[in-house]
Amino acid sequence: MIARLVLNGRPREVDVRPNQTLLELLRDTLGIFDVKEGCDEGVCGVCTVLLDGRPASSCLVLAAGLRGRAVLTLRGLERDGGLHPLQEAFIRHGAVQCGFCTPGMLLTTLAFLEREPHPDREAIRAALEGNLCRCTGYTKIVDAVEAYVRAHD
Amino acid sequence: MHPFEYAAPETLDDALSLLREHGDEAKVLSGGQSLIPILHYRLARPRVVIDINALPLGDIAVRDGRIGIGALVRYHRLEESAELARHCPVLAEAARLIGNVRVRTLGTLGGSLAHADPAAELPAVMTALDARLGVASASGRRTVAARDFFTGPLTTVLAADEIVTGVEVPAMSAHGWAVEELSRRAGDFAIVAVVALIGLDRRGHVDDARVAFGGVGDRPVHAGAAEDALRGREPTAEVLARAAQAARDTLAPPTDAFVSGAYRRHVAGVLCRRALTRAVERARR
Repeated sequence: MIARLVLNGRPREVDVRPNQTLLELLRDTLGIFDVKEGCDEGVCGVCTVLLDGRPASSCLVLAAGLRGRAVLTLRGLERDGGLHPLQEAFIRHGAVQCGFCTPGMLLTTLAFLEREPHPDREAIRAALEGNLCRCTGYTKIVDAVEAYVRAHD
Repeated sequence: MHPFEYAAPETLDDALSLLREHGDEAKVLSGGQSLIPILHYRLARPRVVIDINALPLGDIAVRDGRIGIGALVRYHRLEESAELARHCPVLAEAARLIGNVRVRTLGTLGGSLAHADPAAELPAVMTALDARLGVASASGRRTVAARDFFTGPLTTVLAADEIVTGVEVPAMSAHGWAVEELSRRAGDFAIVAVVALIGLDRRGHVDDARVAFGGVGDRPVHAGAAEDALRGREPTAEVLARAAQAARDTLAPPTDAFVSGAYRRHVAGVLCRRALTRAVERARR
């Protein structure tokens, strides 16, 4: 069957199996590997995409049910082939170690800042509580987001 | 996931006749935040998945002191709706505690109720509010009180060919409210959740109290004992503590791998007192 979506700004129609998740469509069919596979039950946040601007676990969405919705993955953040300023902030503050959680952290952060542009540290921590990182201890991730928020005030 | 057929009806009638046709062999897909993990684990192996997301069940309407909320209203709308904030703010406070932000993007009110996890927030809220659930099948419609809807863990009075179409709750703009819960990690299901709504009369005495627990039994628990201990009284700290104790004393919560029943019961009493205290403070404003 056909899944219809607007992927990183581009309308796509892709043949999918009824039991194929959006995560499987992105990675296995379309080769978009900036979306990671983790727990497969919506808890870890590494497969986060933005669905019409809101964070969603792509492992818990059937591709067949997309109905033309906008799907944003990390590569959709590229600006003129360069990194997004939030990505730069992550690098500057050492917020990336193994990097597996990073795409989900970035997308979740940007969706959050869209709704709450001037959060304090506590609000940033709360916004990222659904994205697990097993390396950094979160401190440097929150540092990076805080610095990005300050720079864009 | 095992292979299944997929149908995405666009009208309620089409959805209901598909459900009539496939019955036990079908699963209804709403927000998918519980069903898809269940399919990943192959805990259910439906032959057909009926995706109801295209149905027109996403409205919120306030009329004559009652609020109708469609089954497909997603948790983030319960959090953000200005209309609900005005008429039934307990919904936003409860919705904010559900899962993580991704679950709240897609998860639906009707899905949470039909899934009937005994520790989930919305079943407890609907039990406290004494909500009416709209239920439909190809043979007709019926209304079920939330307090009669849940019959056990992940079990409700829904027949195999029925779906929840929405709920009706009373507008509660003058009531104070609070949701308290304890969970092991952010986003986990609650060890115990308490929902409290308090209405005060002109003298500041309780004229309406609604209290329910999640996580303390095989279904949401309506805390009638706490309500009886409050009604007509001035809500002093002592009265609230006694009401919380009365509610706690009726509970016989289960023990699981992480938490003993005795601990759960103790926490239920503590959280109930906190919820009542906060609800009364808000009712006084």
